[in-house]
This record gives sequence, C-alpha cells and structure tokens, in this order.
Amino acid sequence: MSFNPRYNYGKSLKESGWIPRRKAKQQDYNRIGFMSGLEVHQQLLTKEKMFCHCPAGIFNHHDDFDAEIIRHMRPTLSELGEYDGTALMEFRTRKEIVYRIKNETACTYEVDDTPPFPLNSEALGIAIEISLLSKLNIVGEVHITRKQYLDGSIPTGFQRTAIIGVEGELAMPKKKIRLIQLSIEEDSCREISDIGHRRIYKTDRLGMPLIETVTYPDFVNPDEVMEGCDYIRFLNRSTGKVRTGMGAGRQDVNVSCRGGSRVEIKGVAHTKWIPELTHNEVFRQWSLLRMRDFLLEKGIDKNNWKTSNCEITENLDFSKELLKTASGKGIKLIAVNLPAFEGCLSWFTQPGKTFKNEISDRLKVIACLEKPNCITSEEIDNPLDDSILSNVREQLSAKEGDALIIFAAAGEDIKTALETIEERCIMALEGIPEETRKSLSDGTTIFERVLPGADRMYPDTDTAPIPLEDEYIKKLESQLPEDIIDRYNKLKDWGVPEDVYTYIFSRNLFPLMEEIIGKTGVKPSYIGAFLGHELKFAEGQSKNEGEFNYRILLRLFEFLKEQDYDFALAEVMIKDLMKHPKMEFESILASLRHKRVGRDEILARIPFLKQKFAEGKKEIDELKQRNWVMGQLKASAIGNIDLQELSKEI
Amino acid sequence: MDKDIFQGYKGDALEVLKKYQVRVWGTTRVETTRGTFEGTVLPRAENDDDKHIVIKIITGYNIGIDIRNITSMKETGYKKANYKIPEKQFPVTPGLPKVKLFGTGGTIASRLDYRTGAVIPAFSPGELYGAVPELADICNLDTEKVFAVFSENMGPKQYIALAKAIGKEIEKGIDGIVIGHGTDTLHHTGAALTFMCQNLPVPVVLVGSQRSSDRPSSDAALNLMHAMRAAGHSDIAEVQVCMFGPTSDEYGLLHKGTRVRKMHSSYRSTFRTIGDTPLARVNRNEILPIKKNYNKRRNDKNVKILPYFHDKVSMLYYYPGMSPDVLDAMVEKGYKGIIFVGTGLGHVNKELYPAIERAHAKGVHMFMTLQTLWGYVHMFVYDTGRDMMAKGIIPAGNMLPEVAWVKLSWILGQTEEPGDVKRMMLTPINDEITLREPYNGYLVYQGGVPEVEEFIKKVHK
Ligand SMILES: [Zn+2]
Repeated sequence: MSFNPRYNYGKSLKESGWIPRRKAKQQDYNRIGFMSGLEVHQQLLTKEKMFCHCPAGIFNHHDDFDAEIIRHMRPTLSELGEYDGTALMEFRTRKEIVYRIKNETACTYEVDDTPPFPLNSEALGIAIEISLLSKLNIVGEVHITRKQYLDGSIPTGFQRTAIIGVEGELAMPKKKIRLIQLSIEEDSCREISDIGHRRIYKTDRLGMPLIETVTYPDFVNPDEVMEGCDYIRFLNRSTGKVRTGMGAGRQDVNVSCRGGSRVEIKGVAHTKWIPELTHNEVFRQWSLLRMRDFLLEKGIDKNNWKTSNCEITENLDFSKELLKTASGKGIKLIAVNLPAFEGCLSWFTQPGKTFKNEISDRLKVIACLEKPNCITSEEIDNPLDDSILSNVREQLSAKEGDALIIFAAAGEDIKTALETIEERCIMALEGIPEETRKSLSDGTTIFERVLPGADRMYPDTDTAPIPLEDEYIKKLESQLPEDIIDRYNKLKDWGVPEDVYTYIFSRNLFPLMEEIIGKTGVKPSYIGAFLGHELKFAEGQSKNEGEFNYRILLRLFEFLKEQDYDFALAEVMIKDLMKHPKMEFESILASLRHKRVGRDEILARIPFLKQKFAEGKKEIDELKQRNWVMGQLKASAIGNIDLQELSKEI
Repeated sequence: MDKDIFQGYKGDALEVLKKYQVRVWGTTRVETTRGTFEGTVLPRAENDDDKHIVIKIITGYNIGIDIRNITSMKETGYKKANYKIPEKQFPVTPGLPKVKLFGTGGTIASRLDYRTGAVIPAFSPGELYGAVPELADICNLDTEKVFAVFSENMGPKQYIALAKAIGKEIEKGIDGIVIGHGTDTLHHTGAALTFMCQNLPVPVVLVGSQRSSDRPSSDAALNLMHAMRAAGHSDIAEVQVCMFGPTSDEYGLLHKGTRVRKMHSSYRSTFRTIGDTPLARVNRNEILPIKKNYNKRRNDKNVKILPYFHDKVSMLYYYPGMSPDVLDAMVEKGYKGIIFVGTGLGHVNKELYPAIERAHAKGVHMFMTLQTLWGYVHMFVYDTGRDMMAKGIIPAGNMLPEVAWVKLSWILGQTEEPGDVKRMMLTPINDEITLREPYNGYLVYQGGVPEVEEFIKKVHK
C-alpha cells in the first residue's frame, strides 16, 4: 500500500491526543504538562518618549514620512567570544532594514545618531507606582541595560531597559501569581513589511515608554493564563496612568509541555486570544515530541543524518507557483531528499498544519523565500504526480521511506535554504526548538525567530545609574490606588453581578463608581450593573468609543438625584448621551419626549388598565396581566417611579 | 583581602562589602528593607557614588542596591568572568594588496565587557578577522599599535610618531595604510599628516567609528571595510579621512585631510568636506571618484617625511566685545603664532588693534580664518580688514581654522623667518587653500526649501 498523506495527518493527530479546547479538561492539560508564564507589556501615559523629547502617542500612516534610513544589524560577540543563535540567524538572512522617519514623531535619538537624554522621570514614577502595586522589591538604583535585538525593530540594535523591582505577586480571586520582575523599556518600531531581503519599519512608536511585567510559569491551563493577563492589565489600568486602545498593551506568552521547550508567542494583541493560542501551542509541542519518537523508532542516528539535493531542470510545470514567488537572479528549482522522513511532512502540528509548515515558515524567515516556498512529497490537498516524484527520487537516489522537499531560490539563498531545512529536521530528532512564534487570529502560530540566548544583556555606557531614595518611594506609595483584589471583594460584597467586573476593571471605572455611590447614594449593585450592561452596550453601539469621558456619568447621576428622577432614567438616556456627550441632560430628555408624571397619577391608571386587559377574557392570568400593564406604563413611568415598586403596586 | 577583589568600590560601599565578606564576582543574597535580592556582585564604575552595590540578577539585568537598606548579605558562590576576543588566523590571499593598520587607541573594532561596561579593543589581525571576516576578501592585513591614547589626547608627539611610522611602511613596500583613530580630532591628524608626509606613493586612510563595535548597528565594521578598500585598491595616494557618507549603511566618503571637519557631535555621517566636494565615494566593492584631480598612486617609495611641529601656536576665536588683554596674554606667554577665527569675511573689533600691533611688533605670526567655515577670507571689502592687514594679520584664504593652526605649527617647527612663514602658509600643499570653490560645494541641508525637502525624502540620509 502506498503512503497516504491525508490518512497520515489524521493518524498523527490522533496520536498527539489533540482535542478542541472546549472539550479539554484540567486533567488533559495535566497529562501533557501544560506550563505557561506571561510577559505583559503596557505603554505608559506620558507626554514624551523615554529617552528623548519627541511626543509619545502620535502615529503616522505607512506612507507619511520625511526620510528613510538604511541599517544592517551585525552580531556582536558574546562574553565567550561566540555569537548568539538569534544573532547569527538574523545575520544569515542578510536583511536590509529601512526606517521611515517622520520629523514630528522621531528625532536623531530614535535612529541612533544622538545619545540618550536623561530617562523620562514621569515614566519612571509610573513604573515605580505599578511596581509597588505589584508588591515588588524596588531596586536601590536603576541601571539602564541594553537588550540586543537584531531583527532591526530598534535601530540601535538594542533596547534600553531597566529593572524597577523583582519578586512580587498579584492576587487573583482564586490564586496568587508570582512575579519575577518588572522593567521599564522603550517600545520598538512598527513593522510595515518584510519581503525578501528588505524589511521596512516606521519609527513613530519607537522609544515610547512601556513596562513589562514578567510572571513565573505558574499557569496550569489556557483560561488561567488569560485571567492572569487580565488581572495584570487591571492593575496597570487602576493607576489611570497607562495608555489604552489598540497596541497599548501586548503580551508575550511562554508555553511548554512536559519534555518540550520554552516557546514564546509574541505580541498577542488581545487577551481573549490567549486560551486558543496556548492550547494549540502546547499540543503542537506534544505532537512534535510524538513525531520525534516515531523517527527515533526507525533507528535514525541524528549525528549522521544528512540531506542530499539536486537541481530539477525538466518538466517544471508543477512548480509554477514556486517560481512565481521566488526572487533574485538565476532562480533554480532544488529538490532535497530527507532520508527516512516519510510520514513527517504531513504530521499534524496544529489544526490544519503539519511539520511541513515548520520548515516552510523557517524558509520564509531565515532564507527569505516568500510563500508558497516549497512543495513536498506529502501534500495533502494537491499531491504531486507520481511520475514527477519518481523522477526526482531517481535523480536523488532516494530510498523507500525517504521524504522530499522542492523549493525555488537564487544565489546565496539556496545555501541558506538547504541549511535551514537540514537544521530543522535534525532539531525534530532532538525535540522542540526554542523559538518565538507569531500569533495568528485563528489561534495557530508561525515561526518568527530563534529564541535569543541569555547573554544578550549589556550595561548601557551612555547613561548613569539613577538612585531611588526611600523618601521618593514613600511619596509614591502614599498616592497609590487600592489593590484590585480589594476592589474585587467590594464588588462581590455589594452584590454586583460577576459578569461586569472585567468591564469595570478594564475601563478603570471602579473609582468613578465609588464616587457616584458616595455622591448620589445610588445602590452599588444597580450602578455596577448599569456600567457593565447599559454603558457597555451603548459603547458597543457607538462610533465614538474612546472619546466618551466617563466622568459625565457622575454629573448624570447627580442630575437625576437633584431633579428627583428615578436613577433608571439613565438607562434611557445613555445611548443619546454617548452620541452627544456635550448635550444638556434636559435637552436629551426633551428629545426623548420624556414627561414628568406624578407618582400618584401613574398609579391611578392601574385599575383602568387592569380592566382593559381583562375585557372579554374568561380567566385572567395574573402574571400576564401584570406584565401587560407594566408594558403600557413603562414609558411614562421610567424616571418617575421605581419600576420594581410599580410592579409591586400592580 | 586585597583591593582588586572589590574593583571600583570605595568609601561606605567598600566597607559594607568588607563587613559581609562579599567579593566582586561573588554570587550573593542580600536582605534589605525593600526585600531580598540575589545576583552576582559586579565591579562599580569609578565615578559612581559609594552608596550602592551593583549586582547582576539571574535574568541578566543589572540593578543597584542602596547600602543603607542592607540588613545582611552573604556570599553564596564565586564566578569570575574571563573575557577575551577570539582570534582567528587572518587568511593570506595571493593577489590581494598588503594593507597596514596602525592603531592609535581609537576603538574602531572592540567588544564591550558586558559586566563592567569597559570596552575591550580588538586589534590584532586575528581579532579583527574574528569580528569582521569580510576584511579578508579585501586585503592581506598586518597591524601595529603605534600608541594608545584617546582622540582628545592626540597631539604633536603622536603626529610625528605616525608620520615616521608611515615613512617606514612605505619604505618596506606597503600598498596602503589605514590608521584607526578616535573621531574627535580625526581632522586635525588628517591635516598634520598631509603636511608631514608629502609626495605619498600610496593611500593613507584615517578611519574611526561613531558607534563602537559592541553595538549591532555600529558603523565600525563598514567603515573598516571602506577604509581597507580605499587603502588597498584606490588610486588616490593622499591622506584621507574615510567615514560614512549618509547615516545609512550605504557608502563612505573619502575626504581630503586638509578639507575635512567633524560637523556633528554624534551623527554617523559627521565628517564633511568644507569648501569643496569630497574626493570619492567608497562602498564594499569599489571607489567612485567625485573629484577628477588628485595625486595618483605610484610604484616608487619617494615619500618626504617632514616631522616638525612648534608647540607655541594658538587659536583665538573672536566674539563681539573681546578685550585686547586676551591677545596680550598670549603674546606674554610666548606664543609665536596665532590663528584668528574672525566673523564674516574675517573681522575682529577695533579695540583689539593696539594689541595686534603689539603682537606684530614682537614678531608673532598672525593669520585670519573664518567662523563661517565656508567661503574665503576677504579683507579688502571693508576698511577694518585693510586696517588689520596693515597691522600684520595675513588672510589665510579658505583654509579651515584647525588646518591653519596645524599648518602654522608645522611651519614654525621649521622656520620663523616672516617671509618664509607667509609664503609657506599661503602656498597650498594639498588644497588647504583652493583657488576656486565649486558651485556644488556648499551642500548643507538646512531644510525649508521645498526642493531640498523633496530631495532628502528621496535619498537615504
Ligand atoms: Zn526623539
């Protein structure tokens, strides 16, 4: 029987034990040793950037720039006189990095043509406040450190970063998260494109201050990781001194399974993506380990395993797509034989993906081959013709049980591609390569970079250490908001429905809520539900999200109290208020044709309505009757009488 | 315990380390009023205070601990780091030119000692090859450390030592010379070597870096490649400065040693040719001449080494309201030559006239140069200029102020006869005074003109 890729995919999927997340239970995660930790990034709300006086938070369109600068990143030697793995990889890709600069948002500091100005003290203060809230041990002296990045995301080739505190904790309702550290750092460039050997960045975001909170890998299932991330966010936002909105908060999620490796999923923009991403990653690792066992059982010796290759010059029709995406002078079509690898290239890794993708992703990143960049002997959807396969196999003197990859490339890229393929296959015989992966919205990930080594931290010789005196820390301590967990417990005591907590914390509405309660005497459970349901709904409908100043709500509730309206009137008004935040409350009521009607007047209409409902009916369902009467009265009653009270009266 | 085990610590911080018997490079657990910290004790920079101890924590970051908060401290281990740059045999390739690299202390290729922040210079051919392997495709390299000083400490002694070393190498038949140099006074050295090494048969290329090579985006490697390319392969047998043209990693410019000036404190493309166009562009593969006339490479060894320098020459940067006693003081202290850096076309105020007369009477040689840097001294336009010439100040054409200072020092090292001094000053050796300024020389991008803005947008800065 000949090899069937589709059957093999299904078989390997079953072997990996993969199940959809909604079916997964804690014991499933325990079985494969789910382990995860977080690195949560949060931009700080400062006027200026971290090491220069450019404005923070002003962004440009891709094509709106004043100048372009080109740089190449070169690996520097580690303390042992060796090059870091990532560094070498980045050098191998021979990328030309282009920076687009807009005068308004970047100066000579951002492009590394001027040394840093003193650290932004506003940013430092906020970072210390958040460190104190995170129960971290605050350092005595801040030392700016250079953390190397050779992907070009920072023109210097390193990020200036500094530790503010170590060893802290954050309480969640059912668990405490241990924190490793909190650092303050400058944000990186935003990538515009990365095609072939040219990567383009823009520099507007570059240099904005942000903090990174790093947890221990204490999370034991995907939902817990998301909850932890939410709580770190809530804490950050409780200061009111951090940025919100698109890209202001991003997280890297570290995941491994038992026997696997630390893989970092980079730049996850939404916390709600975390569960699916971590679920799929832990199973990707688990499945790749099963594939390793499968290979080792065949008796492959990883020290002597080698690929062979040849150029294909005839019958090139099947490779049209490859040749279309390939670039450079003198493009060749190369076939690579992978001895004894049959069964791997269609081996399940993530939903809809196989080990082929592991190779293809690396060919894109390391050898700069645009996708589609390879065809294999195990294509599931459009398998290669048997005649082509056997021809190529013959040319390579392939044996039974070997697998085949075909790619198109030119010049130096061919060598890099061959190395990349062989390297990734040998890694498959060892285990899971440590790497950073990019998240996709479908919950899967793709290879991004080799995980940088630990030896990429250098002291910054351009800046002096900054002492943090006790007095300064005490001053910051005295102005801290209360802990999120205390607020959580208050909401619970007040009987506020649990489903609105996330909304209240993520918008940092708790202080406003307390103020409204204090000034108007509104019931906490009512205002809590109002915010989490009515306000959230109105905000979801509205187009000017983010522009609405929540403090208007305080004035609204004060107005209702002063005018002796029932607070429920707010539910009717909120939609229009969201649309026209500057409109007088009276005018909103007028536009809603709201009339003030006396309590007694409303109550007086009940008997008539009851009678009307009963007309022509033999038997009267009391509940139906009440609901009908209620429906008739609601419009005029709202704001004028407490609806629960009205219901009782009926 | 000897001092070395507490590298850089002093005063109170030193006492704390001694008290708890914790050494630099010792791993330690520190209890403080702000909590517990763990890491490796690092050396402290000499100029930092004595109130903090620096440790490297497990995640690689450095932090400082305030000694006033320390309640106890314990050494839990010891791990001294040992740093060196790897050496790889620099390959000899038949057919490639022989290039000599002179080291002067500038950190053209170096690696940061990542714990102390100190810069370890790479200098032997093997080290350079380890850091920039591409050099082996350009030339066969040999290196020699002539001396090691910071750029700002480069001076007459060093100029003379370099000039003699250049003479010796040419005698031995070298194909080109590269001098690694700190960037601050690169242009002073460029001028000095132009005057001291005349009739050069091979290129002498001065090179530095604006970002040390421990940084991934350093200009050092590319500058070295450009300089080696120019020294080994170029036809231009002059003293040149080779540094970035644009701030982008694209190409370098070769500037005449007499017309170049550092114009930005930190930009990569800080060096500019003033009053003329650069000699040529250079990239990894080729030299693209900009100027048509230059001294060509020759096969002979007929270089003239003239290693002279007088150390009693100064410069006087004029400002409105300058008092004559400044000039008097210089004369009194025995200065024999003074380069004026005047305003506009070359002016100073009338209050200085009596002092100028006194200086002239004492035989002090005085020349006028310009604060504008661009353009020629022109003292006939106004009466004041004619007055000054009458009082003994000689206009120095479009010679740059620093170059005039170097040249007058070099001349006075040979003669003090007024006629000879004037003749030698005003007779250009290598374009330190040019007879004409090309219309496209004054290409300083000041912005504001739409066409220039459009141009800047199109080319890589
Ligand atoms: Zn800036």
